[in-house]
Amino acid sequence: MTETANHRATRVRGRLPRPLVIGGSILLLSLFIGTFPALFAPYDPNVFDYGALLQPPGFAHPLGTDNFGRDMLSRVIHAYTIDMQIAFFATVFAFVFGTIVGALVGYAGGIAEVLFGRVVDAVITFPFLVLVIAIVSVLGPGLVNMYIAVSVVGWVFYARIISAEIKVQKQLDYADAGRAMGYTHMRIIFIHLLPNSITPAVVYWMTDMALAILLGSSLGYLGLGAQPPSAEWGVLIADGKNFMATAWWISVFPGLAIVLTGLGFSLAGDGLAELLRVKR
Amino acid sequence: MNTPVPALEVRNLTATFGDGRLTAVNDISFAVAEGEVLGLVGESGSGKSVTLRSIMRLLPASGAVSGEILWQGEDILKMSDRQLRSVRGGQISIIFQEPSTALNPVLTVAVQIEENLKAHTELDRSGRAARARDLMDLVGIPEARRRLKEYPHQFSGGMRQRVMIAIALASNPKLLLADEPTTALDVTIQDQILKLILDLRDELSMSVVLVTHDLGVVAATCDRMAVMYAGRIVETGTVQQVFSEPNHAYTRGLLGSVPHAGTERTKLLSIEGIPPGLNEISSGCAFNPRCEFATQICGTRTPVLEQTGRGRQAACFNRDAVIASGSPVL
Repeated sequence: MTETANHRATRVRGRLPRPLVIGGSILLLSLFIGTFPALFAPYDPNVFDYGALLQPPGFAHPLGTDNFGRDMLSRVIHAYTIDMQIAFFATVFAFVFGTIVGALVGYAGGIAEVLFGRVVDAVITFPFLVLVIAIVSVLGPGLVNMYIAVSVVGWVFYARIISAEIKVQKQLDYADAGRAMGYTHMRIIFIHLLPNSITPAVVYWMTDMALAILLGSSLGYLGLGAQPPSAEWGVLIADGKNFMATAWWISVFPGLAIVLTGLGFSLAGDGLAELLRVKR
Repeated sequence: MNTPVPALEVRNLTATFGDGRLTAVNDISFAVAEGEVLGLVGESGSGKSVTLRSIMRLLPASGAVSGEILWQGEDILKMSDRQLRSVRGGQISIIFQEPSTALNPVLTVAVQIEENLKAHTELDRSGRAARARDLMDLVGIPEARRRLKEYPHQFSGGMRQRVMIAIALASNPKLLLADEPTTALDVTIQDQILKLILDLRDELSMSVVLVTHDLGVVAATCDRMAVMYAGRIVETGTVQQVFSEPNHAYTRGLLGSVPHAGTERTKLLSIEGIPPGLNEISSGCAFNPRCEFATQICGTRTPVLEQTGRGRQAACFNRDAVIASGSPVL
């Protein structure tokens, strides 16, 4: 109580948490680049230039060229489009579906909770990546199938977070008060309990988007995600793996892009956690 | 003799937990007349709050309730979910001990008041907004228009309890259940809130069941009282009757443990020991291990509530001895 009061007193009214400002800026910039890559890219990302193969970073090609003479800066920039999409689409369905299921299960308790517990056990027994790879291999490689695979597995984690939170919240007086006012279960779950429970899931979502980019890159690297020649950071890193000793820039710069974006998501998640903390 | 029609009648209410192993409320019966304030008094763990929550069917799933709770002739325990929803919040409302946890921290006060109106009245949007402002005035929160837009954490403890009352009263309930509504508040604020509840009782002619462990509160606010011990009602009567002539050893002990200003200074009595846990209630009268009047029979047989006067009941074998020793209050 006093802790939050002090917290509010020291934080200047209306100022956003610093991590959110930094992380949010990185993400907004990434989103902008991803939406209008042509504004930033100096070359066409897919045009071969046999006169400039494996050029190191220099004035003509700030991040060098690959073994087909494609401009790495342009390829890294165009990859923003795909990777930002991966971050969003690979997680949003899991977030929404998992949140709804978790809220219902946490509120209902009893047999629903037991069944859900078994599903969780079944899913977390397998390493996440292995499970996703297995599903993608059945469905076939490609981005859409990757989204499906990640969502099929990923919702469980959101549902687990939310159901745990709801279980705590539903025992508080305001939940009883809601029942005592004669509100419907759905109203109590989604208007009263969920807004008080969703913060950890939102924060996890931010982290999850960062992880989704890493996963998308891993699958791209393995040839199961985005397909060459489309520019995707994982694919770019995979392209460069044979030239690591002689042309390090092909793999390193897409790697840095992944790190930077991941950092943006993580900071934004931290900042959101602070911003959304429920005041009592 | 005019017996007012009871608004709420509880018959043989029993509440158990853990598959019937622990009995929190043991076969209690009482009635609340229209416009009456009934005080439910007892120490912690005597079953007061469980009784109140049973009336609203708010016990957790581990609790089982039997008996009858007749609200205007209908048994609440047998109501369908749909019927129950219209009774709860519409006809019967409850306010809790801790106003800071009973309000939803992420919704504004306006939303929380209007939500009740939406569930139980036919008012349209502007009607609800107007009624919300009226309610804020009614419970004495100044600057209603501005404060409605605020969140619970922006209110002080007393103001939060007022908000809670405003929500509870939104659809003009006929019965208000108050679960230690002032325990978490400052003494001065306590007075204001109790006075508010009484004023509203007069204004809206509703009945009130007030759960408390504070006999001062009972004396100041209630018409009748029921004293609970270890899940049973051990004595009932008007506040006047019970205070001036306690018929049960436990009631006498309770009354003796409260300091009184303005009378001759006497030694403050206290009841030795603590109330029994639900799993260790002794045979016979549950109070007998702590009772100064206890005799042989108290350990073997359980006393039942007996009529001892007009509207008075007590469950004590040694009633005469208790009465003979007088009231510690006067």
